[in-house]
Amino acid sequence: MTTVTEGKAPRPGSTPKPSGPPGQSPAARVPAVQVTGAQSLVMSLEALGVDTVFGIPGGAILPAYDPLLDSTAVRHILVRHEQGAGHAAEGYASVSGKVGVCMATSGPGATNLVTPIADAYMDSVPIVAITGQVTSRSIGTDAFQEADIRGITMPITKHNYLITDASAIPRAIAEAFHIAATGRPGPVLVDISKDALQAETTFVWPPKLDLPGYRPVAKPHGKQIREAARLIREARRPVLYVGGGVIRSRASEVLAQFVDLTQIPVVTTLMARGAVPDSHPLHLGMPGMHGSVAAVTALQKSDLLITLGARFDDRVTGQLSTFAPGAKVIHADIDPAEISKNRLADVPIVGDCKEVISDLIAALGGENEAVRPADYEDWRVQVAQWKATFPLGYTPHDDETLSPQYVIERIGAISGPESVFVAGVGQHQMWAAQFVQYERPNSWINSGGLGTMGFAVPAAMGAKVAQPERTVWAIDGDGCFQMTNQELATCVINKIPIKVAIINNSSLGMVRQWQTLFYNERYSNTDLHTSHQQVRVPDFVKLAEAYGCMGLRCDSAADVDATIKAAMEVNDVPVVLDFVVHRDAMVWPMVPSGVSNDQIQIARGLTPVWDRED
Amino acid sequence: MSKHTLSVLVENKPGVLTRIAGLFSRRGFNIDSLAVGPTENPKVSRMTVVVDVEDLPLEQVTKQLNKLVEVLKVVELERTASVQRAILMVKVRADMQTRSHILETTQLFRAKVVDVAPDAVTIEATGDSDKLEALLRILEPFGIKELVHSGMVAIGRGGRSIIDRSLRSA
Repeated sequence: MTTVTEGKAPRPGSTPKPSGPPGQSPAARVPAVQVTGAQSLVMSLEALGVDTVFGIPGGAILPAYDPLLDSTAVRHILVRHEQGAGHAAEGYASVSGKVGVCMATSGPGATNLVTPIADAYMDSVPIVAITGQVTSRSIGTDAFQEADIRGITMPITKHNYLITDASAIPRAIAEAFHIAATGRPGPVLVDISKDALQAETTFVWPPKLDLPGYRPVAKPHGKQIREAARLIREARRPVLYVGGGVIRSRASEVLAQFVDLTQIPVVTTLMARGAVPDSHPLHLGMPGMHGSVAAVTALQKSDLLITLGARFDDRVTGQLSTFAPGAKVIHADIDPAEISKNRLADVPIVGDCKEVISDLIAALGGENEAVRPADYEDWRVQVAQWKATFPLGYTPHDDETLSPQYVIERIGAISGPESVFVAGVGQHQMWAAQFVQYERPNSWINSGGLGTMGFAVPAAMGAKVAQPERTVWAIDGDGCFQMTNQELATCVINKIPIKVAIINNSSLGMVRQWQTLFYNERYSNTDLHTSHQQVRVPDFVKLAEAYGCMGLRCDSAADVDATIKAAMEVNDVPVVLDFVVHRDAMVWPMVPSGVSNDQIQIARGLTPVWDRED
Repeated sequence: MSKHTLSVLVENKPGVLTRIAGLFSRRGFNIDSLAVGPTENPKVSRMTVVVDVEDLPLEQVTKQLNKLVEVLKVVELERTASVQRAILMVKVRADMQTRSHILETTQLFRAKVVDVAPDAVTIEATGDSDKLEALLRILEPFGIKELVHSGMVAIGRGGRSIIDRSLRSA
């Protein structure tokens, strides 16, 4: 993985780089040298193959920033807010599969990382956060810029450390990368006191990892695989319920083989969009609150859910007691605690999705007990009918204002499947999940579990740093954009030319949709005044230009393609596209919160009728 | 709901108690009692946690405990297959008339008097929760001035040790 941009090309590292990705056993061996704790931190990052760190310096972390200035292997990108550093690390990790790194000082610097750390925890993104802490003597005295960030982040990290001894730094960093990247990935925080960074120590690499209680299981149990294979052979209405674990375990290729072998229909959750190409005939779309009718209904009517790296989230199941009532459940996940947490599994399988799917293929491909795809033929006909009868769609507005869905559909079509699409949270996120055609894994990044508004711009920045050769779109809302748009400055200065499409409906659109549907159209505090009635606070085009980005505005369907193409031609600066769209557009289909998925509505008050004969 | 006793072996590192206690509270489980102390291995501490939950949430809590990096092993100790003990110290109001009755009760429960004052007696008792509850029921009418109760500790019966590989983890 390279991060070559015009601004700063990486030169050969000052220490030998390991051959494997971070998280694996580092191959590099470094003879013992006398250094400061701060130097040993930077040397540890170099030895782990880290090429990029997103962060902001400050008092307690200052010692670490000094040797960082001399590192030729590690590129530090100075962000404008620590939250941006955290989301950038997530974006970097999500597209590349490598561990993303962010750095901040003590106190407010560290607490500003809390949101992205919580986000990475919910969505299983491998990141390591390194924070400075006040000197060990001052810990517990309410010193200036002191916050117990280890205590604060205990519930939202996979693991965390407070290091007050310089000699413990390399091991803590190596363990942090190992824990973040292996098993179910997640965030790890390493808090290092200032005196530990300043102290003299001996740097030895590689350190010995000491994690007797950490033993993730990747290889599934053969008996469970055989039992799952038996259920698959016996089923008549099976569905593959594919979640984000398939993306994280890079299992798309084997999953494609599994689908070819078995001819079982597939749904991909919000976190798994792209795990199976949208163009695949057996792909039914996304399940859940705003899922396609075919995906939601296939799960409801199924007799067997083959659950791979998914966790029966409430946004997928709706009312849990009525979710897929006739289905047996095979549940494969690398995290044993996810299995039977919400829905009791008939066949629990603990293991890495890639290995589980490979083993299932072996079990179902055998000569005597081979799966018979013909057994599912009636079911395939039925789900295909649902898919054909209730495709995703939208109705353009009478007054010729722009439909947000159309804008997003065109961005996807013009930019193409090799691009990366990063969304914020809200209506635009759901439309981006619905109307962009995803053909490959890791082309779709969003904040699924935590639902963090403001995710898109910094995460897109991180994705673009990891994969500079790809076109990276932030599809954002006018509300989200105003939470983190300061990172446009980071993008301009560091030559990270992302494209930001603001789906500007001048309101907190998803909240407004709920107010329309459930609060008698009483729009309490959802007006943002960013486009309606010609009021623009702020004017996003002028804002973009003030940052040195290109700013474009579009408010008619006729200009959409030309605006997107104009943005596609600019590759030296970020482009901000202000798409002024209709305010009353809503996300459909929708299963209202807390009701059965059988009550899915394809438009307001309109629920498909299932018991007809056709 | 039913009471379950979990023995949790953890690395003896700072913050590990917070991790365990925090996990119980954020996952919505109530701890009945918690006892922590060293083991035969100085690098390992042992926690005995008594929780009041149904079987399915119990499975979830043990899985969540096992996910903590510093947790080495979680074993559920069945009541019948283990010895479970807590220590209780109770200060009971006592005067010339009642003192002998209190001492008699103390003997019946094989408890001991650890302090005597003109107006009170302090009794130390060890036992499982049934025994300690029974003792308190008898002492209640005399007037309990103060009471301190340790967490339950438990150990499996028989020759096998909790660190034996053959012992199934919860």
